[in-house]
Amino acid sequence: MSQWTAPKTVNLVDLGFMDARSKLIDLAAFLDRVERAGQQDDFRVQALREAIACLQLPQAQRAKAVLDSFSDPSSEPLPVATVKGACGANPPPHLRA
Amino acid sequence: MNYIEPHGHMVSRTTDDYERMALAGCAVICEPAFWAGFDRASAQGFADYFRQITQYEPKRAARFGIEHYSWLCINPKEAEDTALAAEVMALIPEFLNQPNVLGIGEIGLNKNSRNELKVFEQHLQLAQDHQQLVLIHTPHLEDKRKGTRLILDALKNFSGLNPGRVLVDHVEEHTAGMVLEQGFWAGLTLYPESKCTPARAIDILENFRAEQLWINSACDWGISDPLAVPRTLQMMRQRGWTQAMIERVAWNNPTQFLSQSPKFKQPSKA
Repeated sequence: MSQWTAPKTVNLVDLGFMDARSKLIDLAAFLDRVERAGQQDDFRVQALREAIACLQLPQAQRAKAVLDSFSDPSSEPLPVATVKGACGANPPPHLRA
Repeated sequence: MNYIEPHGHMVSRTTDDYERMALAGCAVICEPAFWAGFDRASAQGFADYFRQITQYEPKRAARFGIEHYSWLCINPKEAEDTALAAEVMALIPEFLNQPNVLGIGEIGLNKNSRNELKVFEQHLQLAQDHQQLVLIHTPHLEDKRKGTRLILDALKNFSGLNPGRVLVDHVEEHTAGMVLEQGFWAGLTLYPESKCTPARAIDILENFRAEQLWINSACDWGISDPLAVPRTLQMMRQRGWTQAMIERVAWNNPTQFLSQSPKFKQPSKA
């Protein structure tokens, strides 16, 4: 096992602020767009709104909290896999394949 | 800088991609068996695929000075048909003797179904019986956390598999800890939309001190970037990583895990 050497301190805000700002505006524009189209009740949009609340958490665990909020909360295997893909948010029971 | 691409589906990539990867410093590519984007109709289709990744693809890679290794299995997306899965798994032992085969993979779960779990456990038994390394695929998006938990639970029933010889791939912030805490290796996959961006992968590497972790592009026929690993190495430089620590992620860590297979020969750096 080799020794861990921490990275030297760099200005992470300089490195990442413009990218984060751009993604946040894109997210806001996406929510506006689906609302104008009357699609804001889609479960994926609702899941996105719930995940956005995780950004206000006080600890540096926000990425994990967002991923957890999108995750299937069940624990038992599915009886059968009828589809291959995933949609990114946990579908309500009536939409599960 | 030389680097190892520990997970790339090169059958889906062009020869130009091999050249670009070589130009970027890639010295080794490991190719797990996977889903071709459509369901194969018979076990014979898998036999051809296994010949492709054990015999033909190493020659394509060698044209560019790249060592090529492979992993064998029927992937979880085709595991719902347990009869087909049994036929395909019966083919695997004869291919395990090929000189570039490192182990069983990428096995795991996709939609977390009972049949997927059954076929996953049969692969684990195969790996245990033949003393093979194991490479595990964890499900996508909303299925990942549940699937990772099911996978880790199933592994507890295979005491003959040393956790240090098993790598659980495609971890993210919500699954990396549970994998590493149990002694398994973990893989961070760099995808433009799903899985990890370079910035997030580096965050996870820093949180776990780059211990028992590798990064990969998992480039395939979908939206993916065969140069995702060198792009991430470049971002590590920008984030203040020392050269030695970058080399640890790019070279030493994958070498440490893969060298547990006697077939893996560490190439010399250019």
